[in-house]
Amino acid sequence: MPGDTLITSENDTDIELDFAGDEDFQENHEREKHKGKRRNGDRQKNERENQRRKRPSKLVQGIREESQSKTERRERSRRRRRRAEHETSIHEGNERERDQTRAKSTKSKKNIKNEKTRKLEGKEDGEAQERSGKGKLKLVCAKNEEKIESGDQLKEKEKALGVKKKKKKRRKKVVETSSEPETSEEGDDEEEVNNDGEVRPELLSPEELEKLKDAVDEKKKLIQSLRGKPWPMKQKLVTLRESQLFVEKYEGALGKGKGRKLYAYKVMMTKKWMKFQRDFENFKTACIPWEMKIKEIESHFGSSVASYFIFLRWMYGINMILFGLTFGLVMVPEALMGRPYGSIPRKTVPRAEEAGAMDFAVLWDFGGYAQYSVLFYGYYNNQRAIGWFKFRMPLSYFLVGVGTVAYSYMVVIRTMARNANESGIGDDNSFNFSWKMFTSWDYLIGNPETADNKFASITTSFKEAILEEQESRKDDNIHLTRFLRVLANFLVLCCLAGSGYLIYFVVRRSQKFALDGLENHTWWERNEVNMVMSLLGMFCPMLFDVISTLENYHPRVALQWQLGRIFALFLGNLYTFIIALMDAINLKRKEEKVVKYNITMWEASLYNGTGSENSTAPPITIHPADVPRGPCWETMVGQEFVRLIISDTMTTYITLLIGDFLRAVLVRFLNHCWCWDLEAGFPSYSEFDVSGNVLGLIFNQGMIWMGAFYAPCLPALNLLRLHVSMYLQCWAVMCCNVPQERVFKASGSNNFYMAMLLVILFLSTLPAIYTIVTIPPSFDCGPFSGKNRMFDVIQETLESDFPAWFSKVFSYASNPGLVLPFILLMVLAIYYLQSTSKSYKEANVELKKKLQMQNEENKKKNKQAALKAQMDLEEARKSASQTAEHQRNNNASVQRREDDEEIDNKNQRMYHGRNPSLSAGDREPQFSARGPGPRNGHNGNHGNPRYLPGFRQQSEPRMCRVPSLERH
Amino acid sequence: MGTTASQLPKDSLSEYQELTFLTKQEILLAHRRFTELLGRDERNHPNPRVPMQVILTLPELKSNPFKTRICQVFSTSEDKDGSLTFEDFLDLLSAFSDSATLEIKSHYAFRIFDFDDDGTLDHSDLEKLVNCLTGETEDTRLTSEEMRQLINNILDESDIDKDGTVNLSEFQHVISRSPDFVSSFKIVL
Repeated sequence: MPGDTLITSENDTDIELDFAGDEDFQENHEREKHKGKRRNGDRQKNERENQRRKRPSKLVQGIREESQSKTERRERSRRRRRRAEHETSIHEGNERERDQTRAKSTKSKKNIKNEKTRKLEGKEDGEAQERSGKGKLKLVCAKNEEKIESGDQLKEKEKALGVKKKKKKRRKKVVETSSEPETSEEGDDEEEVNNDGEVRPELLSPEELEKLKDAVDEKKKLIQSLRGKPWPMKQKLVTLRESQLFVEKYEGALGKGKGRKLYAYKVMMTKKWMKFQRDFENFKTACIPWEMKIKEIESHFGSSVASYFIFLRWMYGINMILFGLTFGLVMVPEALMGRPYGSIPRKTVPRAEEAGAMDFAVLWDFGGYAQYSVLFYGYYNNQRAIGWFKFRMPLSYFLVGVGTVAYSYMVVIRTMARNANESGIGDDNSFNFSWKMFTSWDYLIGNPETADNKFASITTSFKEAILEEQESRKDDNIHLTRFLRVLANFLVLCCLAGSGYLIYFVVRRSQKFALDGLENHTWWERNEVNMVMSLLGMFCPMLFDVISTLENYHPRVALQWQLGRIFALFLGNLYTFIIALMDAINLKRKEEKVVKYNITMWEASLYNGTGSENSTAPPITIHPADVPRGPCWETMVGQEFVRLIISDTMTTYITLLIGDFLRAVLVRFLNHCWCWDLEAGFPSYSEFDVSGNVLGLIFNQGMIWMGAFYAPCLPALNLLRLHVSMYLQCWAVMCCNVPQERVFKASGSNNFYMAMLLVILFLSTLPAIYTIVTIPPSFDCGPFSGKNRMFDVIQETLESDFPAWFSKVFSYASNPGLVLPFILLMVLAIYYLQSTSKSYKEANVELKKKLQMQNEENKKKNKQAALKAQMDLEEARKSASQTAEHQRNNNASVQRREDDEEIDNKNQRMYHGRNPSLSAGDREPQFSARGPGPRNGHNGNHGNPRYLPGFRQQSEPRMCRVPSLERH
Repeated sequence: MGTTASQLPKDSLSEYQELTFLTKQEILLAHRRFTELLGRDERNHPNPRVPMQVILTLPELKSNPFKTRICQVFSTSEDKDGSLTFEDFLDLLSAFSDSATLEIKSHYAFRIFDFDDDGTLDHSDLEKLVNCLTGETEDTRLTSEEMRQLINNILDESDIDKDGTVNLSEFQHVISRSPDFVSSFKIVL
């Protein structure tokens, strides 16, 4: 029965075969021993029989008995199987052909080595049996045995599926087997099937139909799982075609009349659906951008550098969504349906700025026309509904602002959860060495230089691991290390504080400049804040890197420290910036109050002036550019963020060009005329700094999240930046970076980056939410002007756009009496879930501990068993050599202890057939001459299958089950 | 090379998609790369075989320390010379592809590491494996003492039944707990 049984149990078979091989070896071993002893032949059989009852209790006996009972068992099951086989062979017909197919499938389905040994065994068996005159039937048995063993495993697996199904499957397999090798046998097959009376749909009973359906489903499952099988393609192809043939053949037979048609239709649809799915998958993978670029980098630099680009691409995807939201729901509607530019004051450049509004310097600073456009908050009108289909602009603006943040949270958390799922189990350290050994090579590496680095890093990791294992590393100068570490941390803290102060100082100064009027200052003074922040972000990490060499940490730990410090630096800078910005907002709001007062005065004077002249005249139209207006702090915040992003992007690109490209060019071309080797020595080529780049990306994203509410253009800008980054960095990495000296693998730190992103997301939404909730919007700019708070827009919508009952319901629902219990409930739910997850974790740890305990126990048991077996064997060898040295009577007495007639007969025949000239005396010394070294190893082998709990014992009942199934 | 795509019949293309973890584009790309490796006269051959030396010139395999083993494992040639047919090549790419399961990856990894093809990783296999991982040069090699220590540690950890070798099930047990095996056991064209 090739087909399914062996297919599904493939893996188990391989495992089982190890043990099976051992057993066979053992058997041979025993047999050989017997040969040595059983020179007296049948003559002594009866004597032996008698002697067996009063066997002396020796230690040797134990092992003998073992093997005896084993062979007995084996023989028994073999007999049974033979019977079963006989039946099936009648059932099937041509035995030889069957034999053939089996041999064929055996060949293909096991791995080469196992096959080899089996062949060898088979040959041996065959030899012996030919001599014994039993012929090929036994060969079949021997082979069959293994197959049944593997079949057993399947049965173990599928016990739950019930016997009936198995029955059916077997039948199906029979059909399939005969159709496998020769297509000319089709007719035969057909005939056979007809004999079984199963295939013609008219003749089928519902029960059998059900079975057939099961079989077909089984086949389908097989087709689906085929790609997960470690077989050569040829075999997979054969199996696929066969199964498809089978499915096609019998699928039509299923169902009668209408049901049949429906079934056929269903089948067709599933086929079509599968095809569509496959095509869709293909399409989807074809749509992933930059796949080839990333793969190229992956093959040059390994997975860690590529992980940055994958992260970048992921970020790009998120920003694409954010951009779609803001662009589609905020910017485009306002630009198309809102009032045009120049219609109202907030949409017009004021008269004072008009002269330079189109200058490049002003536009570059996002002043002038850029400031009074859809790019910034201030341009939007507070008109409740715009356009012919009453687009609710302010509401949309608010909801998009909330939606972008909510979406980002969702995506980040979902990705984190997925990553955690994937790598959740890999936290234990019990396979430290094995992992280093088996999984440390990064197969993606295609660059010889990277490969060399990888070799070096693997070697050092091996050496370190060995060193760590050998001694728990007693530091001889622990005080010095400690002192240096404290010193390093102190220095880093100083750096952080210094950079924080510097930023605060610069921002304060820039406010002073702003009050003076920006025109009187140089370019540097105007862009001081952003430049200082970018420069700090560039140089402080380098400083930290230098400082961290003091600490003498393990590189992985050092990397984490480094990341943590850079994170702290960026965060500190960002928050200093925000605090300074808050100050600026407060200033602006004070200014706004003054302006507001002035405006009312101005309006009053205007109306008074006109009213005194002519009370009935229409109010004078003042050009919107001339209307005095407030400072509009929201636009100011938006502008600040946009400038920050721009300068950050520029610094990144310039660093890239100077630090990587120029350096590479200089090193490359000045190397000919320099006093030392530039490539190997001091400047050398730069490495790609994965962690720094990822952090930069994360902080950049944080700024986007923070500023997107006040500057709807930010996601678009970021998209542009990421797009350019992708190409520029890909190019830079390929042309001027060298692979890292220490090649880290990517997956370990993936969630670490994600966690940082989440933290940043939280920290960046915090100030944004704070400003939205606490600070009233400007009175004359933005979609929320005239409202007390920005979120009042929701209230307004509820009141005016929804039916009365809805707002009533909402007001009830928002009643603190209802909200508080709800929050309480949520807190309780969170608490409950958290505690259950904790208990699961504990249970997990407990189970792991148990598993370890059991493992250790097993190990101990195995060791003991192996020891015992070794002793037994030693004893046996001693006694055997005694027998060899002494007379044959002794020999016979040992033999008498031998068991079952049948096996005796067989073995004796084998002995006779083999090499009669080889005496026991010759054989035994040969054995002992092999020395104790290799023997020990073999003893282990012997001990295992026998003493390993759950292998030998389990296989016995399974063996018994086989024939009963076979008979059906 | 526009004609090479059409050289692959549609039926077998869909069959290959069914039987491997590769997408249509990847199979076509693999086919193109494979035909590039073939000599001019071999292209008309119905089922051409590319010798191992030629396969190893692929940049994706060139610096892999297990390259010969990979070829040998995936080769179906009778004389065990590591030569690959297109189907073998697809098998290779499928096992090393992004979406292949841990099970199939670990199975092939085991066979790649099993240098003497005897179905278990014994002392000599592990030694060869370490030598492959530490590279050719003298200065990265481990000393024999270190080697012994390392192999003993590995056997301590992963040889669960204590028979002195690591068999497939033990190997898969170890591998399945590793966090980054699946992500690093990849080769892409």
